[in-house]
Amino acid sequence: MELAMNQEKKIHPQKYMMWMAITSILMMFVGLSSAFIVKRSQANWITLEIPQIFYYSTGVILVSSLTIAMAKRSFIRRLISRYAVWLGATAVLGVLFVVMQTIGFVELWNSGITVSRNASFSFLYVIVGLHALHVLGGVAGLLLMSFKSFSRKNIVYSPLGINLMSTYWHFVDILWIYLLVFMIIEG
Amino acid sequence: MTNEEALQQHSQVTQGAAIAVHADHHHKQSFITKYIFSTDHKMISRQFLVTGIIWAVIGGFFSVVFRMQLGFPDQTFPWLETIFGKWAEGGRISQDLYYTLVTMHGTILVFFVLTAGLSGTFSNFLIPLQIGARDMAAPFVNMLSYWFFFAASIVMFSSLFVSTGGSSVGWTFYPPLSALGEAAEGAKAGMDLWLISIFLFIVSQLLGGLNYVATIINMRTKGMFMTRLPLTIWSFMFTAILGILTFPVLLSAVVLLMFDRHLGTSFFLSDIVINGKILPNEGGSPVLFQHLFWFLGHPEVYIVALPAMGITSEVVSTNSRKPIFGYMAMVGSFFAITTLSMIVWAHHMFVSGMNPFLGSVFTLFTLLIAVPSAIKVFNWLTTMWRGNIIFTPAMLFSIGFVSLFISGGLTGIWLGNATIDIHIHDTYFNIAHFHLVMGVASMFGMFSGIYHWFPKMFGRFMNKTLGYIHFWITIICAYLIFWPMHYQGIAGMPRRYFDYSNWESFKMFEGLNTFISIAAIVAFIAQFLFIFNFFYSIYKGRKVTEENKNPWKSTTLEWSTPALPGHGNWPGEIPEVHRWPYDYSKGDRDFIPQTEPIGADEGEH
Repeated sequence: MELAMNQEKKIHPQKYMMWMAITSILMMFVGLSSAFIVKRSQANWITLEIPQIFYYSTGVILVSSLTIAMAKRSFIRRLISRYAVWLGATAVLGVLFVVMQTIGFVELWNSGITVSRNASFSFLYVIVGLHALHVLGGVAGLLLMSFKSFSRKNIVYSPLGINLMSTYWHFVDILWIYLLVFMIIEG
Repeated sequence: MTNEEALQQHSQVTQGAAIAVHADHHHKQSFITKYIFSTDHKMISRQFLVTGIIWAVIGGFFSVVFRMQLGFPDQTFPWLETIFGKWAEGGRISQDLYYTLVTMHGTILVFFVLTAGLSGTFSNFLIPLQIGARDMAAPFVNMLSYWFFFAASIVMFSSLFVSTGGSSVGWTFYPPLSALGEAAEGAKAGMDLWLISIFLFIVSQLLGGLNYVATIINMRTKGMFMTRLPLTIWSFMFTAILGILTFPVLLSAVVLLMFDRHLGTSFFLSDIVINGKILPNEGGSPVLFQHLFWFLGHPEVYIVALPAMGITSEVVSTNSRKPIFGYMAMVGSFFAITTLSMIVWAHHMFVSGMNPFLGSVFTLFTLLIAVPSAIKVFNWLTTMWRGNIIFTPAMLFSIGFVSLFISGGLTGIWLGNATIDIHIHDTYFNIAHFHLVMGVASMFGMFSGIYHWFPKMFGRFMNKTLGYIHFWITIICAYLIFWPMHYQGIAGMPRRYFDYSNWESFKMFEGLNTFISIAAIVAFIAQFLFIFNFFYSIYKGRKVTEENKNPWKSTTLEWSTPALPGHGNWPGEIPEVHRWPYDYSKGDRDFIPQTEPIGADEGEH
């Protein structure tokens, strides 16, 4: 009994919260995906064209998953200045990702595919846009953490923060790959 | 050891510890950190409660105003013009205002009172206290949860004051009406503010829900196994899980609707002609919205009802001085209700032209919910059976909850059948059903919780006599209001109509409508007995003393804290738990607190 209790407590409550928050965010995209599937089977559906740049941005966000893993490694080895650099790099890649998504949207828009052109493209804008917002949320967190790492007053020893952050970051990465594959197959 | 000895010993221990802790750990709090931006779960709970009460008065008042229109369609009330101005010229409310009032009544009561006010208050208050934790898993996030709710409240309240009026499209905000500002005054700016408010509200619910589940799973005190949790905590956990899984889907519907409103997309719109103008939208499906909405909308009624069930279980057992009947059956039925509630949403859409086969599947699942619900009712009744019942106001409200839940639940079996629902859909029968089973019943659960835990919340007692009067007027009026509506509904009287006097077939209900309206007004006025009692008792009620800090002689952990627990709940160590929470009338003992080790001469439950 005692042992079982201790094992239960091994997960930090906030880590647990992060996993549930991920479930929750996932449910929103599940809602959108199912709406997508329902709409797709109805009249007037135009096949999605996924902008070329989205494939490059996929590469960027994949690399950013590597950089945050490096940040986590550096933190555990207490290489704090290196940790800050990797965090910053991840944030920059995150911003780059969002910029590339935006460029993709601008290209689409200029080629006449506006948000109201067809339901398929409306979904593209909504889904990709909502995902980008979640990436930006992560970027805000990354920047906050890298600024904190410069503070001499409050030195952080607990790996909880970076653990939560990397879980979230890998999640938005995997979520993007899911969304891209989903839109390629279903769109 | 007798109860008295145990209690006394316990209070001595805690008092001693209180002094010790006080000496070395005295952190000062300013007014702002203590009462406004507080991270203490107990303060956040009180904030939810007071905000919820304010909303309940507003939402209840709106129902009185539209009931006056329905009950006295040919009379004028000049004071209405004083309040509503151009919306009630000559003392009679306009049709636009009528729809705004109906919409706001639904929105406010379902979301702001019975979701935030009920689960927000009691999840926050009871989870750390009953599982033996110092606070929530993430107190700061918990504070954000309240402030997102507060922001949602401010936006919703201000939406009532825009020149085109508040949202008037119904709390279910079905498009195309909710998507097209041209369609109605109340679908213009008021609707945008409504959507923003709901967006903020969803964020608030998610932040709160994450905290509730993480705290329950990870922060229980030593010995508090899941099977030793009070049923309140089980109910809050399932409520939070439902919210976490379904509110995001509503959020996706809100986002898509926003796009339809402002960016010209056609998710939900197709082939619409409005005021002779043909809209360019093509290919959208309003039924898609209904699916997304009811995927939250149906679990939402359980988000509202489950906490009330949990509170009732706790109060019924305590005041019957008997262990709850069928603890694991209760937990199992919570689980069953939670799971089933997510696969029955389309029973709200039987008239949307769905495939009858699909309809029969949803009918089947819907009727299955009757099983766990009936198990719960059976268990509450058998808990009371031959119990030594103490009729405190909390107990009366819990019995009232069971009564209303039965009355309203039975008609759920009618409405869950597609064949019957198609005939009585959107009639007063439906209104009677959901008001009894989840509206008034959950209000009763909330009242029960407030009367029961008020001493722990504010360190004072509420007045009992006022509580009794409040209970009897409220339950009598609840039945007088909603019982007759069943007959109106079976006769085909549709809901949402402004004035029935033009219809020959509904003229026979003129007197009944007036009667219902009078009952509604009396019920509303009676609530001020409660509100007076509540606020007066916060400042002037009889004080809870250290000797009397467990007034209901309850077994659960929250009563082992000091009379008015401070930040951190327990001075000194958090108590260890040795038994389940329902050891009432065991052997020759009236009750045995959870903190007491199992004796040599007794078996564990």
